[in-house]
Amino acid sequence: MAERDDTRSAPGESLTRFGTLVSKELLRFWKVAHQTVGAPILTALLFLLVFSHAFGERVTVFRDVPYAAFLVPGLVMMGVLQNAFANSSSSIIQSKITGNIVFMLLPPISYAEFFWAYVLASVIRGLVVGAGVLAVTAWFVQLQFEAPLWAFAFALLGSALLGALGLVAGIWAEKFDQLAAFQNFLIMPLTFLSGVFYSIHSLPPFWQALSRFNPFFYMIDGFRYGFFGVSDVAPAASLAILAVSFVLVAMATLRLLRSGYRLRG
Amino acid sequence: MPMTAAIELRDVEKRYGALRALEGVSLEIAEGEFFGLLGPNGAGKTTLISIVAGLVRANAGTVRVMGADVVREYRRARRMLGVVPQELVFDPFFTVRETLRIQSGYFGLRANDAWIDEVMHHLDLDAKADANMRALSGGMKRRVLVAQALVHRPPVIVLDEPTAGVDVELRQGLWQFVRRLNREGHTIVLTTHYLEEAELHCNRIAMLKAGRIVALDSTRNLLETFSGLQLRVRLAREGLPARFPADVLAQDGPLYTLRLRDTRALEDVLLSLREAGIDIVELELQPPDLEEVFLRLMARHG
Ligand SMILES: Nc1ncnc2c1ncn2[C@@H]1O[C@H](COP(=O)(O)OP(=O)(O)OP(=O)(O)O)[C@@H](O)[C@H]1O
Ligand SMILES: [Mg+2]
Repeated sequence: MAERDDTRSAPGESLTRFGTLVSKELLRFWKVAHQTVGAPILTALLFLLVFSHAFGERVTVFRDVPYAAFLVPGLVMMGVLQNAFANSSSSIIQSKITGNIVFMLLPPISYAEFFWAYVLASVIRGLVVGAGVLAVTAWFVQLQFEAPLWAFAFALLGSALLGALGLVAGIWAEKFDQLAAFQNFLIMPLTFLSGVFYSIHSLPPFWQALSRFNPFFYMIDGFRYGFFGVSDVAPAASLAILAVSFVLVAMATLRLLRSGYRLRG
Repeated sequence: MPMTAAIELRDVEKRYGALRALEGVSLEIAEGEFFGLLGPNGAGKTTLISIVAGLVRANAGTVRVMGADVVREYRRARRMLGVVPQELVFDPFFTVRETLRIQSGYFGLRANDAWIDEVMHHLDLDAKADANMRALSGGMKRRVLVAQALVHRPPVIVLDEPTAGVDVELRQGLWQFVRRLNREGHTIVLTTHYLEEAELHCNRIAMLKAGRIVALDSTRNLLETFSGLQLRVRLAREGLPARFPADVLAQDGPLYTLRLRDTRALEDVLLSLREAGIDIVELELQPPDLEEVFLRLMARHG
């Protein structure tokens, strides 16, 4: 039997619970920021240096955009997405394995409070890493910002989607290697094959068509639109696809939480 | 209007695959009780507590905390309940004070520092307030678990082996604090393998074995019904008079352990020995003992 949201609590109380969960999650990654923020920024920088050195002079994408400039938004978004996923998934699985998840299961925290707190913390971690990658790479590459609000909207929705997926993965996984499998066999290939490093126009038609089933493609493509004002798919269409995906994943995650799956034995 | 029970279980069942961890447990714990839940390892004590706390879902039956159904009205039920888990768990990212503030926040409480300080003080944690959880000894971590269960001043407090691995001094401090909470009206439910603790503090006791309640009564009744007095006598020679008025529990040569129903039975024993002309060398009377009750009950339901 699923639990029902019986007794409403005072909005102030609910806000306190939500705020506490969010700040706990933020503290958790901020206390080890060198690992959770510093490391992904360094990784992105290495990608930029290696790839732009390898292809830099010869390749231009989107008419006149040099490859290094094309690459930066992809790397930023990759940082945003991977870290949003890592934040919620690793937090949940650590709490499960160490057992301290009981501290969140005993209080009257509602499923919605729990869900949105983990998603918001993931979004913040994703955006912090993304801003860091952007700030560091801006030293090396001349960037343009044609439609920054679009870029922000994609970063926000993309990180929320990945934060929710991380929550699902963290709940499902019972060991760290199961989580690593989720990350290595699903998240990594989907991000790498989403057009971070190339425009899908450079792909053969079959792979181009296949890319359109990859939700990450729309995130990267739409995010890049914010920089160059050019994209493979109209940004409004991409954003709509992401919004629908997020709503579906959010509904599924809330159901999962309510069912007690792997959290309440 | 009938009083609502602090905790009420009706026909609660829990299965783990083929294993039946709880087989139809019904139990009512009144407000203000100091209740003991005893039983050997694997009896189902933690499972029962976890179901009350909403950590585990029962396969059948209903559970209420202060009248609130733990599934349908989970928020109301959880607000009423403070649980000290058996496992020594902690979040290594935080200090003691941070841990307690976060726990308060989970219950929707802000500005709870005065009470947090008071709880820390009673549990002798003041000096460790700003220490990281990782750096605490096992007993200290256990105290923080107790403090975490109390941040929201729950009317019902459940302690799953709170004194395991805790030194004598803290054990006494802890009991003093818990008794005070009980006097102030909090309902206390306790599991422990230290039967003297249960005997000392609990007004009522349930004994659980293999997922069933095998005894449920006031501590006093359990002691009187199942233990009685024990008398150890060393006689001048081996052999008891015929039609002796007490049961022999054990014999080692002329050293006898006898069971007496009450103190009056003592007079009968002494009289019978005197009439038979048997001298008593040594005599020792032992009061009723919960351990004895426990062993007898567990053997009977074996
Ligand atoms: N998650 C689980 N999966 C499978 N079996 C379980 C699980 N939790 C408990 N059990 C089993 O249920 C039974 C009751 O366990 P429980 O932990 O409730 O015992 P207990 O009375 O608390 O024992 P102890 O005194 O050792 O703490 C045991 O046989 C245990 O192995
Ligand atoms: Mg136990």
